[in-house]
Amino acid sequence: MNSMVLMQLCILVPLVGALLIGLSSRAPNIREGVTLMSAALLFAVVCGLYLNPDALTAGALVLAEPIAGIAIKLELEPLGLLFAGIASLLWLITSLYTIGYMRANNEQHQTRLYVCFAIALASTMGIALAGNLFTLFIFYETLTLSTYPLVAHNEDEDAVIGGRYYLGILVSTSIGLLLPAIIWVWYAGSSIDFVPGGVLPLNMPPASVWVLLFLFAFGIGKAALMPIHRWLPEAMVAPTPVSALLHAVAVVKAGVFCLLKVVVYIFGSEILLQSGANILLIALASVTIVAASLIALRQDNLKRRLAYSTVSQLSYITLAGAILTPVSTTAAMLHMAAHAFGKITLFFGAGAIYTAAHKTRVSELNGIGKRMPWTMGAFAIATLSMIGVPPAGGFISKWYLFQGIWTSGYGMLLLVLLLSTLLNCAYFIPIVHAAFFRPETYTPEYTPAQTHGEAPWTMVLALCITATLSIVLFCCPDIVVQLARLLHGGG
Amino acid sequence: MNHLAVIQVIIPLLSAPLCLLLRWRTGAWLIALVATWTTFGVSIVLFRTVTLHGAITYDMGGWPAPWGINYHIDSLSALVALIVCGIAALTLAYAHKSAKHEVRPESLRAFYALLLICQAGLLGIALTGDAFNMYVFLEISSLSAYALIGLGQRRRALRAAFQYLIMGTIGATFILIGIGLLYSLTGTLNIQDLAARVVLIPESAYGHRTLITAFAFLTVGFSLKLALFPLHLWLPNAYTYAPSVVTIFLAATATKVAVYMLLRFSFCILGKRFVFEQLTLGNILLIPSLAAILIASLVAIFQYDIKRMLAYSSIGQIGYMTLGISLNSHAGLSAGILHMFNHALMKGALFMVMGAVAYRTGSVYLSDFRGLGRRMPWTMAAFVIGGMSLMGIPLTAGFISKWLLVEATLEVGWWPVTGVVLVGSLLAVIYIWRIIETAYFNPRHEIEHGTDEAPLSLMLPMWTLIGANIYFGINTTIPLQMAKRAATMLISGGTL
Repeated sequence: MNSMVLMQLCILVPLVGALLIGLSSRAPNIREGVTLMSAALLFAVVCGLYLNPDALTAGALVLAEPIAGIAIKLELEPLGLLFAGIASLLWLITSLYTIGYMRANNEQHQTRLYVCFAIALASTMGIALAGNLFTLFIFYETLTLSTYPLVAHNEDEDAVIGGRYYLGILVSTSIGLLLPAIIWVWYAGSSIDFVPGGVLPLNMPPASVWVLLFLFAFGIGKAALMPIHRWLPEAMVAPTPVSALLHAVAVVKAGVFCLLKVVVYIFGSEILLQSGANILLIALASVTIVAASLIALRQDNLKRRLAYSTVSQLSYITLAGAILTPVSTTAAMLHMAAHAFGKITLFFGAGAIYTAAHKTRVSELNGIGKRMPWTMGAFAIATLSMIGVPPAGGFISKWYLFQGIWTSGYGMLLLVLLLSTLLNCAYFIPIVHAAFFRPETYTPEYTPAQTHGEAPWTMVLALCITATLSIVLFCCPDIVVQLARLLHGGG
Repeated sequence: MNHLAVIQVIIPLLSAPLCLLLRWRTGAWLIALVATWTTFGVSIVLFRTVTLHGAITYDMGGWPAPWGINYHIDSLSALVALIVCGIAALTLAYAHKSAKHEVRPESLRAFYALLLICQAGLLGIALTGDAFNMYVFLEISSLSAYALIGLGQRRRALRAAFQYLIMGTIGATFILIGIGLLYSLTGTLNIQDLAARVVLIPESAYGHRTLITAFAFLTVGFSLKLALFPLHLWLPNAYTYAPSVVTIFLAATATKVAVYMLLRFSFCILGKRFVFEQLTLGNILLIPSLAAILIASLVAIFQYDIKRMLAYSSIGQIGYMTLGISLNSHAGLSAGILHMFNHALMKGALFMVMGAVAYRTGSVYLSDFRGLGRRMPWTMAAFVIGGMSLMGIPLTAGFISKWLLVEATLEVGWWPVTGVVLVGSLLAVIYIWRIIETAYFNPRHEIEHGTDEAPLSLMLPMWTLIGANIYFGINTTIPLQMAKRAATMLISGGTL
């Protein structure tokens, strides 16, 4: 099929899915069938794009042009293809998981959740395929707005306040910083298209480059660079499937993806190296990596600990992108995939524990490995991936990242990586250790009589699949590496 | 000769007494409906003619311009007339059920008559080519507006109408004094003739001082009428206590027409050089505009009566229009003019939502919105989209005017002003979000089930405007082209 049609389908399939889900709100089985069908179809469409030999060279598809020169257009490039692939694959698996979770916990407003999920995925696809900054901004905003009902899903006071943080931080940074940055690019470079090598004029004063990069770094709040990271832990009030897909994959990855796109296609390595502005990103990312890990150490709530770990891991991707060597860009892309598979497994695990045992705190997890061996086994594999130990995908990305740092001359960053790896061990290993090697502790609320086994099978299946994907990524990272090579071939 | 120019004003003016003469209340509404839709059709035809063939001049009774009164329709007038007629047509379609609910039955016929007179006045202002005639139409529209506001349900409506009467009369008197001074200086009232004679007054001449005085009176008068920030005090009460239909109509049209008068007098009579370079209208407008954007939006956040909140938001939005003017550039002017059009769309839609909510719940306090997301799903969905347009979220009309305005501020290099525009958007996010949160995430206070949606006759006009908000957020060709042409026309002094 024509790649132009496929690109439109990427956005239309989840949107039509959302409509059908909304219409079938009275029949839960049909509703969830539609969710699974549209997720599978979307993944098939993205695969079709990947297999289509000329999809990457087909050019742009202009949908509308509100202001002369500023069009809404879609264009495929390797980075976007990777992002679309990860998001669509994980939507399919998450749908499986969500169905189990929502039914087991008897959640309210399930239709709204599925509808917003589908709209959020359509926005994610739009971000992945955006052909210029304007289109990127539109879908960035729709992603924020469509995920707000998911974050505030429980409708209690915590959820509403968490939602306020989420919306407040993301919307204010995007309108207050990202939008002026985009208009500035339009004004300075007279183009907001994504062009390999950048669109900014080379004679732009270094100070302006610094300020512009600053606006982008904090304007793209979804990348969660400190101190614009607060929305992420606050958004953990959402049901776990939402946290899993959106706050480990779609939303945060959209953030780092936007940042990478801006670095590669708007600035270009030349102007960044010339003005030295990439030091800004490197410094911000390094600080975030270490500081977020330190905060994660102190969190007892499992989901909050995972959230801070996400903040830290995202900055790996930003850091890798900011080093601006081909190897480090490959590392960034690999880490996008590795972190997605690893972190979604961890969140799935947290949700499975909550569903089966109603436990949310790390300190309550003693001995749970014996009751939920599959869940905790997958959890352990994902932990390895987060730390960067074979046989998990995280190892490959860290390997490339080390290589990139080694060849780039920012030797000090090795220390940052080392320190953060140690911290990763320090906050993840105790969970796995307690789960498998400590005897169960009983409290007045939790007595031996309250036995439980695994969570519903769809949830266990989903988290086993994602853990397997982590291992698969370790065994054959070729797909991602090839895409990264195409990115450089284009640049 | 093309009589459409004058027909547009005459239709509502002559239909008004018909409404009064008829004893049948629905009949009065039908007459008003037919009249407004006919004028809407006429305004579209005129808009197209102006787009294709340029400005139209129509001499009343065949008397040539400096002696007789003429109508002069250029791109700016055509755009403003289109806004007035379009909003009037949709408002009248909306009015039947809403007015029956909110206006005493015995005043209904007078209500429709006044609405038509008000429309005729606003249209006259937009189309006339004569300064004094413009003042007359201003009084026609203002007097009918005072009466319309006074028809509100609550007793406070009378006080609001009186307040507006006082402030509006002061404004109109100032405008009259300004026009009188211009007349004493030049001996003519025709706008083009005035422009030609004002240019001839040398800076050293004694008359120049009269000119400055006239400018001062006119600017203050218009600022009162368009509710520029420190002179806005009449607006919140007027919008809050007027019947919903009146609020929709006035919020979407009256202030825009006042902005139009300011533009017409500043650019087409006094001239850009005199107004902007010698008397620095740009700087005079800048601070009040910025203050309006920030302070009015901040005040809006703390309002519990949502109609009042939207009224304060209107004051802020007027700040965006005057900010566009104060930038004194082509980009700024076209952004300001486009925002006149876009703001009419979004505020019209949002006030229609208020009318629908008032129709079902009786009032529009924040607490009335609890659980409305489920009780009136379509109405609240309209509010969400209209609100997004007000915030300036992409794919809505509001985004386009924000984008152009930010671009215009960057062009002149006023960074702090760019910041204020964006902060204004963020404040809009806060005040709109309070309602969305209440409607969707606060359980309703009474135990009711099922939907209780507003009737279709309120829904259709509301969703037409919402559709327009989205359509003009994606395809801006028509209004943007017209706004740009109007800006070019104004900068060249009205000769195009």
